[in-house]
Amino acid sequence: MNQTPALHIEDLTVAFDSRPALWDVDLAVPEGVLMAVVGPNGAGKTTLIRAALDLIPRAAGSVRIFGEPVARARGLTGYVPQRGSVDWDFPTTVQDVVMMGLYGRLGWLRRPGAAERERTRQALEQIGIADLATRQISQLSGGQQQRTFLARALVQDARLYFMDEPFAAVDAITERAIVALLQELRERGRTVVVVHHDLQSVPDYFDQVTLLNVEVIASGPTAHVYSEDNLRRTFGGRVAGIARLTEEAHP
Amino acid sequence: MSHAGGRNWRTVAALLVLSLALIPLGLTLGNIRVDYTLVTVAAGGAVLGIVCGVLGSFAVLRQQSLLGDALSHAALPGVALAFLLAGRELGWLLLGAGIASWLGVLLINSLVRRTRLKQDAAMGVVLAAFFALGITLLTYIQSRNDASQAGLDQFIFGQAAAIRRQDVMLISAVGLAAFVVLIALWKEFKLITFDPAFAQANGFPLRLLDVLLSTLIVVAIVLGLQLAGVVLMVGLLIAPAVAARQWTRQLDQMLVLAGIFGGLAGAGGAIFSGLQQGLPTGPLIIVVAVAIVALSISLAPERGLLWRAWRQRRDRQRFAAQQVLQDIHRHATQHQDPRYPAPGGMLVALRGPLARPALRQLQREGLLQAGADDHWTLSERGLERAQAVARNQLLWERYRQFGEDLGLPSVTVDPQQPIDRLLPATALARLETVD
Repeated sequence: MNQTPALHIEDLTVAFDSRPALWDVDLAVPEGVLMAVVGPNGAGKTTLIRAALDLIPRAAGSVRIFGEPVARARGLTGYVPQRGSVDWDFPTTVQDVVMMGLYGRLGWLRRPGAAERERTRQALEQIGIADLATRQISQLSGGQQQRTFLARALVQDARLYFMDEPFAAVDAITERAIVALLQELRERGRTVVVVHHDLQSVPDYFDQVTLLNVEVIASGPTAHVYSEDNLRRTFGGRVAGIARLTEEAHP
Repeated sequence: MSHAGGRNWRTVAALLVLSLALIPLGLTLGNIRVDYTLVTVAAGGAVLGIVCGVLGSFAVLRQQSLLGDALSHAALPGVALAFLLAGRELGWLLLGAGIASWLGVLLINSLVRRTRLKQDAAMGVVLAAFFALGITLLTYIQSRNDASQAGLDQFIFGQAAAIRRQDVMLISAVGLAAFVVLIALWKEFKLITFDPAFAQANGFPLRLLDVLLSTLIVVAIVLGLQLAGVVLMVGLLIAPAVAARQWTRQLDQMLVLAGIFGGLAGAGGAIFSGLQQGLPTGPLIIVVAVAIVALSISLAPERGLLWRAWRQRRDRQRFAAQQVLQDIHRHATQHQDPRYPAPGGMLVALRGPLARPALRQLQREGLLQAGADDHWTLSERGLERAQAVARNQLLWERYRQFGEDLGLPSVTVDPQQPIDRLLPATALARLETVD
């Protein structure tokens, strides 16, 4: 592959209180793929995203986004944090939250205007929550909260997206909306890295997968990498029916 | 502006008018003579309350309510040191307070970042350490028998009587400057308050904005020290914001309301303490502020305790009435006669003590007719209503089961809501024919 990867991580180590959360991670995500990051609790999945976005200090290693250092690539990345990371009782509306995705683009001192409102409206429509635009965020269901965050990422119009557990505890309708969005992003040539917990749906939803347990166990096209052997090495013996999970990837 | 937003701005305006009206009313009732000193003191309290209310809102929303407490206590050693170094000059004392308090911010931040201390513990440690140092220095100063130290202890509980016209001008000017910064960085402050990680991922300098916002809070504290005192300063920062939060669901409205409530508390407390020599201003301001909080928590629409109790009771009654109506309908259907009367005793046995008020309510609404011997019959409209409710429940049940397979729009399942108001007609038609 001679093309610059969307995300290129080399020798990344992150430590909390001198205990490594990520150890010597090398990872290349080619442009235009949907990649799942899976691994057991405490494997460093969220840490990987946060380190890739330069939100936490690295002990060692480098991160390049389309060949640029992270600080120079802020306009190229989009971020969907975990739903539980904010206070949903904050006094604001759905469209206000979605518009926050445009703040970085606006820069200092400038306020959102008509163009930003229009962009917000389109994103809400695309994600199927246009009727919730003026709703208080405290009145949203879990799935609606998740879709609000996705709409906010959508207006960022990024080339590389990081999503932290977007499928966690959402209803079936929201899950379908997310899958449709992921596929549309791929059609438009965008790259998406998704922390994912549902091992069953990995082969259905994602082209590539990274199996992570502090170290990278395996990373690459789902059909090659998502094997019983690799899953066992990632999760230990703790996942029942691992053989069945990978059947779909290896028909 | 959405409908809800418009209604809320009207609430804000009404509360402003009410607050403004309270001041002349209080003056009349208390038989208070308005003189130059009183006007100065009240103006000082009001301006200070507005500044603290607005800036304190961010502390409350960032779940850092106690930051104000730590920072105001941290100011005390600054006051004492400034006195020892530069003498009793208000400007120097406030500068000392500001520097000490700001060092407190940096210390708390770095403790949280570099150690495993959580924020509340870091704030507790800084508060105790700085306050202990402040009290020690103050005691030392007082033991020197130096006449010029008189009144230095007003910084502990606050004293409005000492406030002069130029102090009010100073508070206003600095407060205005703080507001200019706040308005200029409105979207940044909003973003780092709601979702700091997202702000950082978008390239905003989180740590800088964080310190800047804390600095504004320090400014409010320093301005208020003379009036409210270090011990109760936190009340003036937090209480107006907490009260304002009850009345609105939008950030801009919350800040405006917190300013109004803070101004009312500041002016009210200052006026009360001006009534008699030696009444401390800080505690009186807080008494007024807390009264506003108590009223807001009980009365505010939607979040207020009374409102919620009333709504709960209304919902329970409405639900019971619906159930009783369905019971009668079912009973009649079982006897193949829509007008077949149901005995009241049976309904009470089914639905418990709420059945009687429900029957009376249904009768008032003309849905039921009372027959002889405590028997109840559906009226024409009652029958229609019962059938509509049954249909609504059936459609919700089908929506829950098949809605996804039919690809219908996603709405929250709530059988208490009329489904035909939530789903388009085409979707309803498909639910009607499903089987």
